Amino acid sequence: MTYIKNRIRRTMMFVPGNNPAMIKDAGIYGADSIMLDLEDSVSLTEKDAARMLVYEAIKTVDFGNSEIVVRVNGQDTPFYDEDVKAMVKAGVDVIRLPKTESAAMIQKLVKDIEHWEDEFDIEKGSIGVMAAIESAKGVLHAPEIAESSSLMMGLAVSGEDYTADMHTHRFPDGRELEFARNMVLQAARAADVYAFDTVFSNMKDTEGFYRETNYIHELGYDGKSLVNPRQIEMVNKVFNPTKEEIENAQNVQNTIREAKLKGSGVISMNGKMVDKPVVEKANRVLEIAKASNLIDEEGNYIGE
Amino acid sequence: MEIKKTGVAGTLESSDIQVMISKGSNGIEIELDSEVKKAYGDQIEKVITETIKNYGLNDVKVKAVDKGALDCVIKARTLAAAQRATETSDQPDLEVL
Amino acid sequence: MENKVKRNLPDDLMEEMDLKPFESANIGHPEVQRVAPKVRVTTGQNKIADSLEEVIKENLKDGMTISFHHHFRNGDFAFNKVMDLIIKLGYKDLTLAPSSLTGVMNDKIIEAIKKGVITNITSSGMRGSLGDFVSHGGLKNPVIFRSHGNRARSIEEGEIKIDIAFLGVPISDPAGNANGQEGDAVFGSLGYALMDAQYANKVVLLTDNVVPYPNTPASIKQDQVDYIVKVDQIGDPDKIGSGATRFTKDPKELKIAQMVNQVIVNSPYFKEGFSFQTGSGGAALAVTRYLRQAMLDKGITASFAVGGITKPTTDLLEEGLVRKVMDVQDFDKGAAQSMAKNRDQQEIDASWYADPHNKGAVVNNLDVSILSALQIDTDFNVNVMTGSDGVIRGAVGGHQDSAAGAKMTIITAPLVRGRNATVVPSVETVVTPGESIDVLVTERGIAINPKRQDLIESFQKVPGLKILDIHDLQKMAEKQVGVPKPLEYTDRTVALVEYRDGSIIDVIKQVKD
Repeated sequence: MTYIKNRIRRTMMFVPGNNPAMIKDAGIYGADSIMLDLEDSVSLTEKDAARMLVYEAIKTVDFGNSEIVVRVNGQDTPFYDEDVKAMVKAGVDVIRLPKTESAAMIQKLVKDIEHWEDEFDIEKGSIGVMAAIESAKGVLHAPEIAESSSLMMGLAVSGEDYTADMHTHRFPDGRELEFARNMVLQAARAADVYAFDTVFSNMKDTEGFYRETNYIHELGYDGKSLVNPRQIEMVNKVFNPTKEEIENAQNVQNTIREAKLKGSGVISMNGKMVDKPVVEKANRVLEIAKASNLIDEEGNYIGE
Repeated sequence: MEIKKTGVAGTLESSDIQVMISKGSNGIEIELDSEVKKAYGDQIEKVITETIKNYGLNDVKVKAVDKGALDCVIKARTLAAAQRATETSDQPDLEVL
Repeated sequence: MENKVKRNLPDDLMEEMDLKPFESANIGHPEVQRVAPKVRVTTGQNKIADSLEEVIKENLKDGMTISFHHHFRNGDFAFNKVMDLIIKLGYKDLTLAPSSLTGVMNDKIIEAIKKGVITNITSSGMRGSLGDFVSHGGLKNPVIFRSHGNRARSIEEGEIKIDIAFLGVPISDPAGNANGQEGDAVFGSLGYALMDAQYANKVVLLTDNVVPYPNTPASIKQDQVDYIVKVDQIGDPDKIGSGATRFTKDPKELKIAQMVNQVIVNSPYFKEGFSFQTGSGGAALAVTRYLRQAMLDKGITASFAVGGITKPTTDLLEEGLVRKVMDVQDFDKGAAQSMAKNRDQQEIDASWYADPHNKGAVVNNLDVSILSALQIDTDFNVNVMTGSDGVIRGAVGGHQDSAAGAKMTIITAPLVRGRNATVVPSVETVVTPGESIDVLVTERGIAINPKRQDLIESFQKVPGLKILDIHDLQKMAEKQVGVPKPLEYTDRTVALVEYRDGSIIDVIKQVKD
């Protein structure tokens, strides 16, 4: 496994790191990323056992095409060093640092990773990092955190801890998270890294889940953290491009192809210039369309 | 490496195995309770034995209650139990992995 | 000798019992002779017996064959009441020939076997302590496992000759007109018991609910019934519904159900008027729910659903998405109660449902059948009878029948259960031959029987449907769990598994411990 900076990351599914049954089956649901958790879902007395379990699982379990992320324990805990060391040796794709509040914390993580990469003779840069933003301080420092390392994969808002830090709690309308969500997203976009929304844990409230997912999709988030595999399909549904978006993206790609054949420098479509953001958006749309089986091999639309 | 106390790791949940490691005097002795003992008993004991040997322990009593764990789980739980028994959980020796 | 699914059958036993090895799922067009029961003529007065003990004493003799139905499942009070008396009265050498056996009967049967009261058993299946007991050699003569369709055939052709059928019902009139739809302990269709009522020499109804004559609708009819025995309580309504009829939240089961739905919807059979069978169990119920949505989306209705019926299926009936329910058995109270109010929920007997030797059973009109498996092998042979430890813990049920009849048979199974592989090189016990199986759906992908090139072509075009060779699925499972040590058996045969036509598809040996 090796870290790939750019890939589809609509769904990041949390899997408790000390639960063999859930780890074993985590690969069958088609999550874009699987986040094996050594932190909050593991009790203090089981940290060592979970670390070993996640290590062995990364080495042997078939997680399909999912990216493997591990949330290690925080830098203020006695478990952090051993977690990082074991995960580097295991060859995880991305390490997620909880409670990130500064660029220095990420830089420390990267340094620690590099140290163990040296130690275990692993190629440098084969593991990415991501930051969980869980406090007011973290939110305010989101821009520097996002830009702290070339190995930065993305930022994730963590709603529960953040709202507690803000002396409030989660509400159905999400207004308490408005600033954090926007700040983290801005920071991520400015630094060209990914942005992930927080979990939605009430499995019974399907409507609320769709409302929240639609909202963060509209804001421009790349994906959402999930607690249940059943939410994967729901998120993908929200993130699926429409038929028009797909056709438009295909037109963009065709126009580029034709322009290249003709050797023309400036590319335009319907009288508008096709510049880098337009091309990138088209590529993103088609990548998701393919992943969600909305187009076939030849690019024909086959969605509902 | 020396066993200082009884170390237990793992749960009795499905797909898990609970491994208890304590000081022995006669090599590695394993008492295994498993619902798949007929089909996989030998394999489970082999994984436990190899893991313990790799960890540098020789005289060990092992009690294991298996609930259909895969080899990687058996190895992880045995290691965790060994670390606890040798009181090295804080700074486990990852060279054995 | 070896049969067509490469199972070694013990020559001595095959000869001694005059058995034929399994050849093919293709039954052909044999001419068969049916038998008829003895009838003791009466005008039908005074059928209500003074006591069950009197009825047994007057009619039962050593060596006879007695039968029961299993529609009460684990809420059954009839079986143990009858067996208690039979054991107490000291009978010997009886053959037990129920439609199937449920856990609540196990202890009593083991007691009866140990005392020599029961020396032969034929059933659809057995589980728990009884399966364990038989697998460890507790019964001298081999048990004969028969599918529901095969039991109907065996009764019709005299291979099972029922001397006395003890049939519990939640309602009857004094003449014996009875059904399963009214009373305290309703279970809906009496499908399996109707064979016994029609073919047993003596029919004894047990009920806690005698109503004035005439009771209609009558599933069992007065002309078939010799005695009616009143009991305090015939069954426990809370335990009649099989436990596995709740909608699953298990993400793995849901994932499999979703894939099954994809297979059905993209098959050539999913069109107006298609028909289907789903069993009980979480994944099957979820399939029904996904199928409902697919039918709504595509504007399609089904002509019928068949088999063990659950509430999600009768809901489809009420919604107009399924036009008829062909009902041999109901798995929950909702489905049972629905029968009383829906005339489109047709009660069918086991012969009508699944008999291979009749003039066409419902399963032969079936498009899609969704069935489960304890194991399936790389030849697509399915085991629903023995666990991975070789111990009996299942039932043939309608598996062979539905698989043989349906145009597309789908097996749903997780790739592994705990540390046991479900997809294996060779199943412990062949119950349904691979030639009847078309598609296997696991959470890691589907496999299509190579003889169904047409389906391979249909499904190849389906985006997101991962099609694998069944050998690859088997290897994938093996990679996860490892290679098990082969099970050890003694030479002794503890059970025979018949195919629908009475041929022997496999034998079960005593496990070594």
